[in-house]
Amino acid sequence: MAMAEAHKSSAGKYVVVYLCILAIAALQFVIAYSDITGPQMFTRMLILAIIEAALALLFFMHLSDNRGLRWFVVIFTVSVLLGMQYGWTDSFRLLGGAPWAK
Amino acid sequence: MSHADTMTGHSGLMEKPAFSVPAKKMAMWLFIIADSATFAACLVAYGFLRNATPNWPRPFHSITNVSIMTFILVTSSLTMLFAMDAAKAGDKAKALRWTLITAAAGVLFALLHIREWMALIGEGMTLFKNPWGTGLFGSAFFSITGLHLLHVTCGVIALVVVGLRYQGGRYNADDLEITGLYWHFVDLVWMFVVPLVYLLNLSH
Repeated sequence: MAMAEAHKSSAGKYVVVYLCILAIAALQFVIAYSDITGPQMFTRMLILAIIEAALALLFFMHLSDNRGLRWFVVIFTVSVLLGMQYGWTDSFRLLGGAPWAK
Repeated sequence: MSHADTMTGHSGLMEKPAFSVPAKKMAMWLFIIADSATFAACLVAYGFLRNATPNWPRPFHSITNVSIMTFILVTSSLTMLFAMDAAKAGDKAKALRWTLITAAAGVLFALLHIREWMALIGEGMTLFKNPWGTGLFGSAFFSITGLHLLHVTCGVIALVVVGLRYQGGRYNADDLEITGLYWHFVDLVWMFVVPLVYLLNLSH
């Protein structure tokens, strides 16, 4: 089978990305026990989750191989996600301006 | 006829696929985009409630269970990639073996999840009330993790069915890759569920 013969294993790359994702996940667990405020914790964890997701999208789901599809997925998804953020100000108003309920 | 022939051989009759992605794979990407909006809506609604409710409960005493679940799910993404690698190399037996290992990891994840649910229910948490604070927590927690667990369950069934049919020759490596895309998405969603639903609700 020509395709099978031409195929080059990417197992090494996958293992490296897997270890990176595990390390980032471990960092989130460390942050969970750190002595910081709620908003700081939320921000740091969300940034790490976005990095983890980006690694999974690019290398596990192979978006790094297809530039057109990558931009299609990113623009579409980010637009929808941004559209959902309109209600936050109201949740802060309900709490009288205090971020993240204690 | 190879996939490349299908792409180029009917240039007068068929349009080229969008982004040079086969139609089935594109359909899965569109499903993933739509499903990510569903999960995002759940997580944003959860965040809104969490932000606006003063007595939000923090019922999780330990990260042991959730860290094991995370490890299992991320590792299952790796085993799915090994299955894809084997399928692309034409090694059907190896591809099926890795696919079934991935499905087994999914089953283990689901069992740990159910065990965690039972423990929380045993502590008095239901959809509408719990001993720690606002009753909204139960509905938010069970909705988000339940939706994710439903996706894991569907993924396990899909992996077994597609894996066996791939081995039997009814499906090809592309079909296995499309199922793998779905499985990676389930893993990706968990990366957001863990910090937002579990780690921010740890009792210190």
